[in-house]
Amino acid sequence: MTSVLVPTLTARWDEPDSFTLAGYRRSGGYQALPKALGMDPDAVIQMVKDSGLRGRGGAGFPTGVKWGFIPQGDGKPHYLVVNADESEPGTCKDIPLMLATPQALVEGAIIASYAIRANQAFIYVRGEVLHVLRRVHHAVTEAYEAGYLGENILGSGFNLEVTVHSGAGAYECGEETAMLDSLEGRRGQPRLKPPFPAIAGLYACPTVVNNVESIASVPYIVQHGAEPFAALGTERSKGFGIFSLSGHVTMPGQYEAALGVTLRELLDLAGGVRAGHTLKFWTPGGSSTPLFTDEHIDVPLDFEAVGAAGSMLGTRALQIFDETTCVVRATLRWTEFYQHESCGKCTPCREGTYWMVRVLDRLERGQGTEEDLDKLLDICDNIGGRAFCAFGDGAIAPVVSSIKYFRDEFIEHFKGGGCPFDPAAATAWADGGQ
Amino acid sequence: MIPVSGEARARLDADAAKIIGRYPRSRSALLPLLHLVQAEEGFVSDDGIAFCAGHLGLTEAEVSAVVSFYTMYKRAPAGEYHVGVCTNTLCAVMGGDQILAGLREHLGTAGDEPTPDGKVSLEHVECNAACDYAPVVMVNWEFFDDMTPDTARELIDGLRAGKDIAPSRGAPRLVTWKQAARILAGFPDGQATGGHTAGHATLAGLRIAREHGWVPDDAGATVPSPAAGEGGAG
Repeated sequence: MTSVLVPTLTARWDEPDSFTLAGYRRSGGYQALPKALGMDPDAVIQMVKDSGLRGRGGAGFPTGVKWGFIPQGDGKPHYLVVNADESEPGTCKDIPLMLATPQALVEGAIIASYAIRANQAFIYVRGEVLHVLRRVHHAVTEAYEAGYLGENILGSGFNLEVTVHSGAGAYECGEETAMLDSLEGRRGQPRLKPPFPAIAGLYACPTVVNNVESIASVPYIVQHGAEPFAALGTERSKGFGIFSLSGHVTMPGQYEAALGVTLRELLDLAGGVRAGHTLKFWTPGGSSTPLFTDEHIDVPLDFEAVGAAGSMLGTRALQIFDETTCVVRATLRWTEFYQHESCGKCTPCREGTYWMVRVLDRLERGQGTEEDLDKLLDICDNIGGRAFCAFGDGAIAPVVSSIKYFRDEFIEHFKGGGCPFDPAAATAWADGGQ
Repeated sequence: MIPVSGEARARLDADAAKIIGRYPRSRSALLPLLHLVQAEEGFVSDDGIAFCAGHLGLTEAEVSAVVSFYTMYKRAPAGEYHVGVCTNTLCAVMGGDQILAGLREHLGTAGDEPTPDGKVSLEHVECNAACDYAPVVMVNWEFFDDMTPDTARELIDGLRAGKDIAPSRGAPRLVTWKQAARILAGFPDGQATGGHTAGHATLAGLRIAREHGWVPDDAGATVPSPAAGEGGAG
């Protein structure tokens, strides 16, 4: 029988000392680093390109290609910034990874820095996860003590300093250029691209920004070569990835599988939708990816197939909602989130999310009209593609997709003069659970 | 509340210098410096803003603009235990809305201000990256997973009564709001090696894979087969 799950990054998460250097080394950790340091940096970049690894933070840009964009011999400092600001609603994979195996992230960061010729790396961790911060600090300290960081690493002549930096609560800082502004001590607002960070990033110097899971996948690729990674997954979406199941599912949690696995396969393992209920809608990759319904349960979860079906793979954050959930309430709440988190730089996003909340609130209370649906879609038209960063596109995803699949449910709200759902029925304890 | 001279000031200045020393350019130290101010004051006062501005050569307006952007910086005192209930969509649907409403009623506080004893303040928070443990409550940025209105109320009562309380996934000992801010400023408290590494949901997929004997063939070096007795589940 084919393995549906391929625990690799997650394989040691249940060992009590997996987060220590000793625990990580016992499972083969830090075998990739000397191998990488013995290679030409360009050969490391080529290996990551050959593996087919694409960014695990949502956008799916090929990691090795991103590294290859860093100009060489330019005389400027280069920087690696690890995006550990996991905040996309539904996304909950990097936090457990850093809690259980932060050394995988540190080893990956050293290899990545070596490849792009950076002597300073930053790990930008969202602030609201105190124990994760402790663990990442601890991992960096242990790596310094072991000679994996600092001057002349393992006698290679390569130097690297790593700074652990804590965010302060702003979803937008997960956007790579906003993260750079934040790391420069400013409000976390995105920059106009081009220039891209590879040319003018942190302090206007060449910079790579990579997600935690992308970086943590690098030691595996370097240690085993590009082929085993590339052998997993689908034609253009290679390798393993962590799929996060949450919501109305019997066994929520982290499921590491080859890209291209389907929700049906994952739900079969996770005990299905909670007992006595049926799948209504779900997000394939967080709230910024258009909703799917039960008709999409067999869509291969890779970048291409999810895109072809009208959504995005995003962060593989599978938020599962059963038939007790009001889609209007869900959409309103997500839109309130986007309104709250809009950084305010671009007018369509700042003003558009504000007005969408007003209209959705009226609809949810049963006081809207069918014209409001057209108004919402018109506002979405004026946000999508009209802002500096992808936030605006993310903000309209739940609105457009919920109206597309559940227009009748919106209409039911104002025909019936209120929400036909009982919020109590959707809770975790509704059926005597927990 | 940030002293202008004396021993406490010297200590803060030394901490600030350490923070600034971590960065190639000093302004990058602003976020951790503001966390340092909160570790001292419990919030960011006008004095705290002036402290950061002075260390970084910025105007107070430049610092204020940054403070107001980030939700973790408070301009008024928070409680010794700051409680955040996730009411983003998934947690809200799973019961976060009922938990928040229940706690508001229980505490009788209207906004985010602390209880009269200064012990607890309450706010709703956005997604805290623990959706597989929904509904989630945070206390001083530590995880309290799989909450219900009843367990949340017991938690708050325990905090107000000064009981020893440990997070569901986090450090062995809950630290205060100010102590948490010091860790955010980049000065860990020595609790890294204690506490939890993974909860039930974190390990859900791994356990199922082990039950099926699914280990990637090509990764033999990193993933021994369970038959080798290194399953680790204990």
